[in-house]
Amino acid sequence: MKAAVVVFPGSNCDRDCRVAIERSTGSKVAMVWHGESQLPDGLDLIVLPGGFAYGDYLRAGAMAALSPVMGAVRAAAERGVAVAGICNGFQVLTEAGLLPGALMRNQGLKYVCRPVELDVVNARTRFTAAYGEHRRAVMTVGNNEGAYFADEQTLDRLEGEGRIAFRYRDNPNGSVRDIAGILDRAGNVLGIMPHPDRAFDSALGSADGALMFQSVLGSA
Amino acid sequence: MKASVRVFLKPGVLDVQGKAVENALHGLGWPQTANVRVGKVITFDLAGADEAEARSEVEAMCQRLLANPVIESYQVEIAS
Repeated sequence: MKAAVVVFPGSNCDRDCRVAIERSTGSKVAMVWHGESQLPDGLDLIVLPGGFAYGDYLRAGAMAALSPVMGAVRAAAERGVAVAGICNGFQVLTEAGLLPGALMRNQGLKYVCRPVELDVVNARTRFTAAYGEHRRAVMTVGNNEGAYFADEQTLDRLEGEGRIAFRYRDNPNGSVRDIAGILDRAGNVLGIMPHPDRAFDSALGSADGALMFQSVLGSA
Repeated sequence: MKASVRVFLKPGVLDVQGKAVENALHGLGWPQTANVRVGKVITFDLAGADEAEARSEVEAMCQRLLANPVIESYQVEIAS
């Protein structure tokens, strides 16, 4: 499998993502600067990492969504390449219109940083297949604008089409319908607020995030 | 021309900051306050002389960048 991690000014989980992908899948990972308008050929996975791209100015993800590399990410997503936005990367994907809805200020008005338990709601996606019968996952969240929001019609559609990939068991931020991760209509774009990149080895408290990367490996 | 854009969360979208400010105002002795909303104002200069054209350009800016239409509404003011 060939993977790339996009690096925006203000990304701070880019290296975590690289190490997580390498250790979980043995794949080569290219780091791609946000100013690039092309991605390496033959990618199976593109990750938009966590952090504070462009300082989260205006709205989290708003500026990053307009950066040159996003044209190439959009084109790759349309070709069916797996794209995962983690935390800030999820915010970038909603701002870019690649995923529906928006991520809002946490209901408690606090930056939430702690382990969370997740339900793997749909284990038949490119990002979750490796979970199989393992339907609980522990990862950590670290966000200030992590409350997923979409209108009722959109939420019903996400549910009806099996596009809610992960749910919080104990909602940390006021996300509607406990949503922690969603997919686009075609199923090859994932946005997830918790960090699989911080949960790829039991020495980190959990290795459940490795299964997400291994799922993509299995579909590549 | 001077453009001014006011961006607020849409009615019906919970404004947690507004709620916190409202609670603080109540705590400070202003129980008559209600429906506090916290938003932002973006101002900028705009070259050109046609007000209607300026307004439609700024509306486009709101749709593309200044507001997130999924959760926010906006008001545009143009002053010459």
